[in-house]
Amino acid sequence: MPLKLEARNLNFFYGSQQVLFDNCLPVEEKKITAVIGPSGCGKSTFLRVCNRIFELYRDQRAEGELLLDGVNVLSSEIDVLELRRNIGMIFQKPTPFPMSVFDNVAYPLKLHFKLSRSETHNRVEQALRGASLWEEVKDKLKASGLALSGGQQQRLCIARAIAAEPEVLLMDEPTSALDPLATGKIEELMVELKKRFTIMVVTHNMQQAARISDATAFFYKGIIIEYGATTRIFTNPVNRKTEEYITGRFG
Amino acid sequence: MTVHFISEIENLNMLLLEVTSKAEHAVYQAIQATLSHDVPRAQKVIDSDDDIDAAEIRIEEECLKILALYQPVAGDLRKVITILKVNNEIERVGDLAVNIAERVFDMASYGENTVEKIDFEEMMSKACGMLKKSIDSLTYHDIETAAEVISLDDEVDKLHHDAYLFVREKMLKYPVQAGYYLDCLTISRCLERIADIATNISEDVIYMEQGKIVRHLHEGEQK
Repeated sequence: MPLKLEARNLNFFYGSQQVLFDNCLPVEEKKITAVIGPSGCGKSTFLRVCNRIFELYRDQRAEGELLLDGVNVLSSEIDVLELRRNIGMIFQKPTPFPMSVFDNVAYPLKLHFKLSRSETHNRVEQALRGASLWEEVKDKLKASGLALSGGQQQRLCIARAIAAEPEVLLMDEPTSALDPLATGKIEELMVELKKRFTIMVVTHNMQQAARISDATAFFYKGIIIEYGATTRIFTNPVNRKTEEYITGRFG
Repeated sequence: MTVHFISEIENLNMLLLEVTSKAEHAVYQAIQATLSHDVPRAQKVIDSDDDIDAAEIRIEEECLKILALYQPVAGDLRKVITILKVNNEIERVGDLAVNIAERVFDMASYGENTVEKIDFEEMMSKACGMLKKSIDSLTYHDIETAAEVISLDDEVDKLHHDAYLFVREKMLKYPVQAGYYLDCLTISRCLERIADIATNISEDVIYMEQGKIVRHLHEGEQK
């Protein structure tokens, strides 16, 4: 299976404090890779390195390689704006912009593409359909994105991310603020989205990781302790720490 | 939640050990009843099967409850699945003990008139020994004992085949006593099934401990 992303000896520092240690992780194309581990283990940091969003903050730096289709995205020659279009990100708390549903999705289109009004409309509709939201919002495209329910807001953010036509979607605990029904919809959507995108999802929900992901990486204290097929990790993990974590016997 | 889960599993283990001990006892009693043509003893085995059946249902319900409430993974999941499977096997052992015990009624009616009796001692000893060891391997998480049980299965299969040849020969020689020899073949078949079940339990123990499915491996493949 071809790799979409690959971390090679990736290290990360907050100032002088190292938080990721020689991470090596293959991320297969059009698969869902779950990243699990206790709070503070470096899961979200790993995601933040992937689209270099960490560079928005001072004193943070990454070393090593992170390959996207074989090209090191940590290289200074990379166009960061284009990288972030190519690697979209969904956060724990839905983050719709304070604008209409339509404008939320149209925003990245205006930023990255020069499209006619009708093309923009088509792409917004496609993105909303892709995020399984179109039927629910087609009659209120001018309403504020903030007026939607939590689950709808999160799907709006997914629509906004996929409107930019990325190849990779990073999801940082995308359902932790949602009720079980909204969570179920997002999970179904993720399984649908992997037909088109490579997905990395950070989750604290073991059952969610087991249900939707193809591969799982277990992080502990900035080290990738174990990586493998999700079915194996959740039935027969090799490392004792992985077993202790997923069975709730940690610490 | 982990504390609750561990306590639920311990409770489940206790229930399983209780029913395995009942099934083991039923097999022992059925065999003794066969050897001595002891009808009252055989009847007790038949009567005791309701307890084993009830325990099977209770353990299955407990397993389903644990799966629904705790959604266990990894070693915990393998443990619950193994208990669920072994529970089913143990209920079958109880049924086989009943099948053996039922033959005692017919065999007792033949009295001592049988010309050439079949000797079940070795087969009984091996099948019961395998069952006991498989249950020990489950109790003590002992994969070496489990592997030993698996390796013994062929010996009991061979003894069953020998019994079949013996029965065929005697039925041709003494057709009047065909009923007795058919009962013998049924008992031999039950003992062979008990050995198979001991093997299944041992394979489940290896799965529980190592996560390896060793069923249906061909000869020469590593178990």
